[in-house]
Amino acid sequence: MNSSVSTSPPGIRDSQPSTTASIQQELASHTVGVSLRSVTKKYGSFTAVENISLDIPAGSYTCLLGPSGCGKTTTLRMIAGHEEITSGDLYIGDRRVNDLPPAKRNTSMMFQSYALFPHKTVCENVDFGLKMKNLPKEERTRRVNEMLEIVGLTKFADRKPNKLSGGQQQRAALARALVTRPQVLLLDEPLSALDENLRVRTRSELRRLQKEFGMTFIQVTHGQDEAFALSDRIVVMDHGRIDQIGTPDEIFATPASRFVARFVGDNNLFVGKVTNVAADHTHHTQQMIRLEVDRLGTFLCHGQAADIGMMAACCVRSDCMQMLPYPPVDPTVPNQLTARVVAIEFTGYITRVSLLAEATGEEITYKVRSHDWHLNLAEEGQLITLTWTPENCIFLPH
Amino acid sequence: MSSKTFKALEPYLLVTPQTIVFLLFLVFPILMIAIVSFWQFNGYAMIPAFTLDNYLSIFTSKVSLQTYLNTFKYVILVWFFCLAIAFPVSYFLAFYIQNQTLQIILFLICTVPFWTSNIIRMISWIPLLGKEGLVNQLLLGLHVVNQPVEWFLYSDFAVVLGMVHLYNFFMIAPIFNSLMRIDRTLITAAQDMGASGWQVLKEVILPLAAPGIAIGSIFVVTLVMGEFVTVRLMGGGQSASIGKLIQTQIGSLQYPLAAANAVILLIVTLILVIGILRIVNIRKEL
Repeated sequence: MNSSVSTSPPGIRDSQPSTTASIQQELASHTVGVSLRSVTKKYGSFTAVENISLDIPAGSYTCLLGPSGCGKTTTLRMIAGHEEITSGDLYIGDRRVNDLPPAKRNTSMMFQSYALFPHKTVCENVDFGLKMKNLPKEERTRRVNEMLEIVGLTKFADRKPNKLSGGQQQRAALARALVTRPQVLLLDEPLSALDENLRVRTRSELRRLQKEFGMTFIQVTHGQDEAFALSDRIVVMDHGRIDQIGTPDEIFATPASRFVARFVGDNNLFVGKVTNVAADHTHHTQQMIRLEVDRLGTFLCHGQAADIGMMAACCVRSDCMQMLPYPPVDPTVPNQLTARVVAIEFTGYITRVSLLAEATGEEITYKVRSHDWHLNLAEEGQLITLTWTPENCIFLPH
Repeated sequence: MSSKTFKALEPYLLVTPQTIVFLLFLVFPILMIAIVSFWQFNGYAMIPAFTLDNYLSIFTSKVSLQTYLNTFKYVILVWFFCLAIAFPVSYFLAFYIQNQTLQIILFLICTVPFWTSNIIRMISWIPLLGKEGLVNQLLLGLHVVNQPVEWFLYSDFAVVLGMVHLYNFFMIAPIFNSLMRIDRTLITAAQDMGASGWQVLKEVILPLAAPGIAIGSIFVVTLVMGEFVTVRLMGGGQSASIGKLIQTQIGSLQYPLAAANAVILLIVTLILVIGILRIVNIRKEL
């Protein structure tokens, strides 16, 4: 092994371009998408995943996002083949793989705790999948060495996992998952065991590697930051169902349900009754909806699938509101409410203000650039007026 | 005594009782045995001396050699059968029983042989394995044999059976313990990489259970090396082991000879234990 002395910081270093390029080509050329058609998973009478359909394009980075118990890990384990599918079909590429064992699916899984074999060295750990495939010895050595080089662990090949740092263990696990040239890589909360700084750095390394290899990555996470930073597409799940599929931007800007609005970002939600629906002239697929919220006032929002008389909700992001002095100039203007400041949190770039709606006592969050907050000069206990435009107010039918 | 000196002495004071017991009842007797093993003796007395006669007579005697070989035979057989039974049992307990309460209950059932005294346990084998015992009755009744099988009792078979029954738990407990510590995701990971059930066992479970197997083996080997009760009762005078030989020598007042045998037994047992420890690193299990 010829480990070249490198001055670059520890991490996944740029290895010799030729090695990376060849693996890159190999991985990118055979990567495939994954398709779930009405997949359900039941444990006895408990339904962990209910009738979900999902198409994950080849070469994309997809995150399954949701709180614990939402069925995201079960979904990933079904794709990997570690959980049986109760009903529905699962396709990897154009092969239906429902009844195939994990090793026959051309997927590779990276586990939350990495699941490195403690009694084997890094080298033996990476070699394991190749050994199980009964590849010839020279081929195995070559592939293990080139993979270790890519993740920058050549020097640590003979160490046992407990003699590695968290980041090195994570890279060893990644090398082990990729060495068998899977068509799809499945990652189960791969960053949760790392400390904050390392997590952010490793996150960008993962993303870079995925782009370099052009491979399908499917990751499970409960952190929205992680999902936003990594994914091409996010699948938000709750109670075994998919709530929304979209790009990070879409999920953040236009949540499709109350759950997504609450789970992603600091959204303020108001529940009320639809009293008027009109066509929106700026977006022809959208409607302009008037929502009457008990005691708080009238809110204009835009969205779809509204019917007059239905109970629904609207949400406004905590950073899309404007703070004005109390009392308001014209109390009859829609999209404004009176609230009392209860806490001001300086978090660095952003200042987070907690308020209670004066009429109902509902909690409201207002976020503002700290730089702008200093111009506002509201104090705790003070009454203020919050207002926002209909464009920033999103209608949530369910 | 100032509180400062007391603080400094505290750890030593805490270990004093244990040290005294240890010196008085373990180190001292062993030293005495080692000393006595060099003494002379005649039919009715021990004579303090320094002679190697006892050791010489043991090393030149064909009987002691055969007794040692016979003891090794027991050790190997009992160890083998204990492992062959204990591993699957522990595996079943650790991997197939998900309910923790049931797991504890089943584990306690493994200790049932210890719920009664050794002598009662040994005697209970007679109605089962004796000439007119249940097993022979059954075999005769089914016409599998025409004569009662004699070797069920008072034979090497009976000795090994008795010891396996008695010492199996010493193998089950440490193996079960090490199997319970195996992270279950390791098995999923191995399967994910294409390992078959047999490969998972060979590549993941066995290496990680090795410290438990080693600890169990140390228990079984040391216990069987010094066995004499089971050998006497189940062997019915037909079988010999070093423990039984020493006991016979004590019975006929050949204390120095018995002491010399005891010293050799101790050394041989220690060599076996060191051998096991050299093969398997048990540190991480402790």
